[in-house]
Amino acid sequence: MADFDVPELQEYSVVPKLEEGTMAHISSFKAKPKFQGPLGYPDELVDNWEEKVITKMDELRGKYRGFQVFLDSCVKCGACTDKCHYYLGTKDPKNMPVARQDLLRKVYRRYSTFAGKFFGALGIPGFVGAADLNKEVLDDWYTYFHQCSQCRRCSVYCPYGIDTAEISMAAREIMSSVGVSQKYCNEIIGKAQTIGNNLGLPEKALIDTLEGLEEEVEEDTGVAVKFPLDQKGADILLITPSADFFAEPHVDGLIGYAKVFHEAGASWTMSSHASEAANFGMFIGSYENMRTLSLRIRKAAIDLGVKRIVFGECGHAWRVAYSFLHTLAGPFDFLDQNYPIPQHICEYTNDLIENDELKFDKSENDHMTVTFHDSCNVARASRMGDKPGGQMEIPRAVIKAVCNNYVDMAEDTIGEATFCCGGGGGLLTDDLMEIRVKGAQPRMEAYKSVVDNGGVTHLAAICAICKAQFSKILPKYGYGMTDIVSVHQLVSDAIILTGSEDDTSEDSDTNESE
Amino acid sequence: MSASVVYALAFYAATAILIIGVARKIVQYAKTPAPLKIPTMPAPVTQAGVVVRMFTEVALFNSLFKSNKWSWIFGWMFHFALLLALFRHLRYVIPADSFLMPLIGHEIVQAFGKYAGFAMLAGLGGLFARRIVVDRVRYISSPSDYAMLLLIMGIAFTGLMMSFVNHTDIVLLKEFMLGLLVFNIQPLPTDVVLLVHLALVIILMIIFPISKLLHAPGVFFSPTRNQVDNSREKRHLAPWAAELEADRKAGE
Ligand code: HEM
Ligand code: SF4
Ligand code: SF4
Repeated sequence: MADFDVPELQEYSVVPKLEEGTMAHISSFKAKPKFQGPLGYPDELVDNWEEKVITKMDELRGKYRGFQVFLDSCVKCGACTDKCHYYLGTKDPKNMPVARQDLLRKVYRRYSTFAGKFFGALGIPGFVGAADLNKEVLDDWYTYFHQCSQCRRCSVYCPYGIDTAEISMAAREIMSSVGVSQKYCNEIIGKAQTIGNNLGLPEKALIDTLEGLEEEVEEDTGVAVKFPLDQKGADILLITPSADFFAEPHVDGLIGYAKVFHEAGASWTMSSHASEAANFGMFIGSYENMRTLSLRIRKAAIDLGVKRIVFGECGHAWRVAYSFLHTLAGPFDFLDQNYPIPQHICEYTNDLIENDELKFDKSENDHMTVTFHDSCNVARASRMGDKPGGQMEIPRAVIKAVCNNYVDMAEDTIGEATFCCGGGGGLLTDDLMEIRVKGAQPRMEAYKSVVDNGGVTHLAAICAICKAQFSKILPKYGYGMTDIVSVHQLVSDAIILTGSEDDTSEDSDTNESE
Repeated sequence: MSASVVYALAFYAATAILIIGVARKIVQYAKTPAPLKIPTMPAPVTQAGVVVRMFTEVALFNSLFKSNKWSWIFGWMFHFALLLALFRHLRYVIPADSFLMPLIGHEIVQAFGKYAGFAMLAGLGGLFARRIVVDRVRYISSPSDYAMLLLIMGIAFTGLMMSFVNHTDIVLLKEFMLGLLVFNIQPLPTDVVLLVHLALVIILMIIFPISKLLHAPGVFFSPTRNQVDNSREKRHLAPWAAELEADRKAGE
């Protein structure tokens, strides 16, 4: 990994002047041949790949209306050019959303439109923004389509809603189809499809981890909170990102879910077959792989005979769950139709809070002032609750129910305008550290502002990738690695478990009845 | 061949290209499935909500407004002026006895349409300047992006010339246009400004279906803007995706 300078955080974010080629040297490791076959891709760059690229692009244009419309509709108005955190953090013009799209669009225009063919024949394809496909272009694709976290921020601001995430997904799928894939994503998908989770944790390891957690919580609170696995006949199946089983601060979130289920008196279980909420099939733009992974969840739900499915804290996983699961693995007529299918853990906890079924000692969190990072895929690609925007309100409502000190970051950096953590979309790998650090700059600037002016000490998130990214990136910008917390970690710290030392409910009950 | 014949034939060709070209694109968009729910959230949860969202996008350029006020003001000014000018032009192709004529011929429509040309030029000039001045927009611009602005500016400019400086023979022009509608080629006024104006319009019609002007039909088909957020309530399944399920039914 090359050395690089961590950007200096500014008081106010400024849109930089562009500097060509600053990120051209970044190239994520490519997938090894043995990981390609199982996902349905050739081992390495195939012969006459140029033709196959065009054929694949044509196929995708026929399967995805968005892809076709987006390729045709861009007017080069430039509205998106200053909206991508990777452009803002790197100044590389190819990280401007429209320029990223154009890497692909110029090839589409050259080979599949009249204008491109006509001016191409005249020898000036560039007149209409068309260009020949060659190895250099393919390399550019690989470089810059792995510098897009598929966060959809650009899509909010485009007058036609052109979503560069869709173009990136298509580009990755096209590259995979000719044997060029990224190691990080494809190896992880391989593990999830064979073992059941991205980390490759076998059932035995899961059992050990969960038993360890049970002991830890009991030691801590004196209450026997269970972490059930593969419990047939349970009501609720919890699907959570596998990082929740051991990474920090993820695991504290998992403890939080378990305490909430415990207090609600819910019968719940996790599954060793579907021990993963994440679905990297989305990152590589593969409907088939995304579907294969989703069907594991369906199978687990059927085998265990559950009535409900609840998802733990993970951004893109919630997008796949909320927006795609019904499509990919439905219909879910065997589940209880009185509950949302699937449901987010924040929705679950918030319902309990609204019904006064949980008790908290908010002062447990008084040593911190918290701000909330809206994860891209939650904010711009999913929903919680009944109303549009519930995905912003519900997590905040949960935090405010368990924390006394809460401050929002600037309006134009949260909600639908939220800045990516810098590590989404299959970029959370060490070989992309430079782009991850630089891409985090806009988020870090917004964070700095509330730290300096609002006394904020902690950043809460509901995404496994955001949490992992921030615990790496915060120290680079001079903040603490443990400034990043899970939302359900805050819940966990404040919740009063019935029968624990902190529980005073019996006294107060008697008081009331007197 | 006289100018009238050349222009008449060119108009027929351009009209055919415009209509067939755009229709083919619309059919392509309409036929291609959107297999996944990808509205940019927060999104409306009802179809009526989608109509409202689409209206704010098409009529007010809502997303562009959020994004960049300069682009918005110039872009919106240009498009609104274009719409007004288009209304005004209807009088050249609508017979005098048409029921629409009282509306189109109304002074207000005509006056607005007449001065809209200035707003159009101002908007286009702003967009052109932005393309040159802002380094990011300059980077993403191809020669055709400038050329298209110049083309439309040329149309607006020649149009204004005829409105205010160098009047053309409107009666003769109208006879030519109405003649075209019934395949009866009448003489066209021969002043240069008019001929340039019409030539540029013909070029615009021809490039419409093969250029970024497809944004006009495209916006209505954009799944990030036209989908209802109801994926939990209603299963959304594309035909090609349904075919993948053959394996599943058996396995269950
Ligand atoms: C449904 C109708 C339409 C909508 C919603 C629409 C919307 C937009 C928007 C939002 C922009 C970007 C803002 C800007 O830079 O101006 C744009 C650009 C443009 N539109 Fe339209 N438009 C429509 C129809 C048309 C038509 C019929 C024309 C025909 C001449 C046209 C010509 C253009 C041009 C040339 C640009 C590029 C401006 C530039 O180069 O900066 N539009 N349109
Ligand atoms: S989806 Fe996000 S990361 Fe990708 S180009 Fe758009 S703003 Fe940048
Ligand atoms: S905002 Fe949309 S139309 Fe404008 S340049 Fe970006 S992608 Fe193209």
